[in-house]
Amino acid sequence: MASGETLVPRRTRSSAIELVAIERRFDDGVEALAPLTLRLPAGSFVALLGPSGCGKSTLVRLLTELDRPTRGSIHKPFDLKMACVFQDPCLLPWRTVLDNAALPLELAGVPEAERHAVTKDALAQVGLADAASKYPAQLSGGMKMRASLARALVVQPTFLLLDEPFAALDEITRQALDDHLRTLWKAWGFTALFVTHAVDEAAYVADRAVVLSRRPGRVVLDHPLDLPADRTAALRSDARFAAQTGILRNALAESGGAL
Amino acid sequence: MTRRTPWGALLPPLVPAILVVGIVEALVRGDVVPAFLVPAPSQIARALVDEGPSLYPPLAQTVKASLLGFFLAAVGGVTAAIALASSRRVQQAIYPYAVFSQTIPIVSIAPLLVIWFGWDRTALASAVIVSIFPVVANTLAGLRSTDPALVDLFRLYGASPGATLFRLRLPAALPQIFTGLRVAGGLAVIGAVVGEFITGQGIGGAIGVAQQRQRVDIIFAGVLLASLLGLGLFGFINLAAWRTLRSWHVSESRH
Repeated sequence: MASGETLVPRRTRSSAIELVAIERRFDDGVEALAPLTLRLPAGSFVALLGPSGCGKSTLVRLLTELDRPTRGSIHKPFDLKMACVFQDPCLLPWRTVLDNAALPLELAGVPEAERHAVTKDALAQVGLADAASKYPAQLSGGMKMRASLARALVVQPTFLLLDEPFAALDEITRQALDDHLRTLWKAWGFTALFVTHAVDEAAYVADRAVVLSRRPGRVVLDHPLDLPADRTAALRSDARFAAQTGILRNALAESGGAL
Repeated sequence: MTRRTPWGALLPPLVPAILVVGIVEALVRGDVVPAFLVPAPSQIARALVDEGPSLYPPLAQTVKASLLGFFLAAVGGVTAAIALASSRRVQQAIYPYAVFSQTIPIVSIAPLLVIWFGWDRTALASAVIVSIFPVVANTLAGLRSTDPALVDLFRLYGASPGATLFRLRLPAALPQIFTGLRVAGGLAVIGAVVGEFITGQGIGGAIGVAQQRQRVDIIFAGVLLASLLGLGLFGFINLAAWRTLRSWHVSESRH
């Protein structure tokens, strides 16, 4: 992965992110998360799998501090730089791709020249160098998601939280982005948490898969994926891959999730 | 491609206009309708030319009152909506009165406006009062319908309330703000003319005088000028909306 001069991937290893016995009970009595403990070592790539309504979204909101746990605690390294990518690319339709991707820097008060340089680098890394002056309405679904990825990269994250990022895309685009994400992760060394309900995608993109139970969500399987570090399309039809996805599918089925 | 510009939209409505003008002209010339009740379009055109010197100075007054009134309503309306949107409590406390104020007929308070603002500013005050509400209502609706996912995104990146307002909520509300401005443009002219009926100035005043002189053609000429003014303002707002929104909003990009 060619890295730009202004956007240098961080290789610093900070400490792990830890969720310790977190619970979340809503005002209407719904328990979204049972005591849930999860450790994300720095630089790891973890996929979080679970049936719909298992509290995945709640977990994401807790990690992004848009919501607080009822009980338990979340430990993050003090120098953590978090960025998020959601299923909806969340682009501002009145801004060009460049200005959309530069938004976090703009909000942080980074001067225009500097933030444009950094953002152009990020756009180049996600393959959108030529689309900088386009508006979101002119982009395909995959390109919108790449723009959303670029917006996450400009903050030079040490932790990238991805909440079903490619779920709305077609199969081919999704697989291309899975590959691209993995390449970025290797180049940047950030910690990645990939929330998904797709077993194959989880196994392909991550190094470790955590399966949650039906609501209230708790960890039913924490499984290091026994697969080579270099993932290629051929792996998807490999017997080892089938074995790994089989383990995840079983855990999901036992957790009460429909497949 | 002509239909992508606002100008291309001008052609279709011209057809019925030409038809109606032609039919009225024929009816009056054929003595089917008496000319002292409905003047022939050609007679209105002649009045516009002959009475020009007496109609154009009042028109200038009406133009000034409507444009300034529209401008004040636009700025004041958007500002008021921002203030109302800033707190649900404030909005609950104030908004019902804003709605209630809409039930007061402007003509009934026009004499008050003369006492409060003086003869020269009554038309302006009337234009503002009549046209501000649609700006407030539409801007408020726009500010309140910001995509929650985008609000979360701004929170995530630590945006200040000011940054969230100016970089997210106001731009996102622009289509609705323009809807309010379009309505306000026409209402500002109506408000100004209503005020002028009381003060005797402007096109409203000129129409009042023409009524006393039984000059139906001048009344029609005045009405025509006032509605052309409203139409011009509407066109200007549409052009501004198109230029602002064409690159990103469906309302202006896929006619």
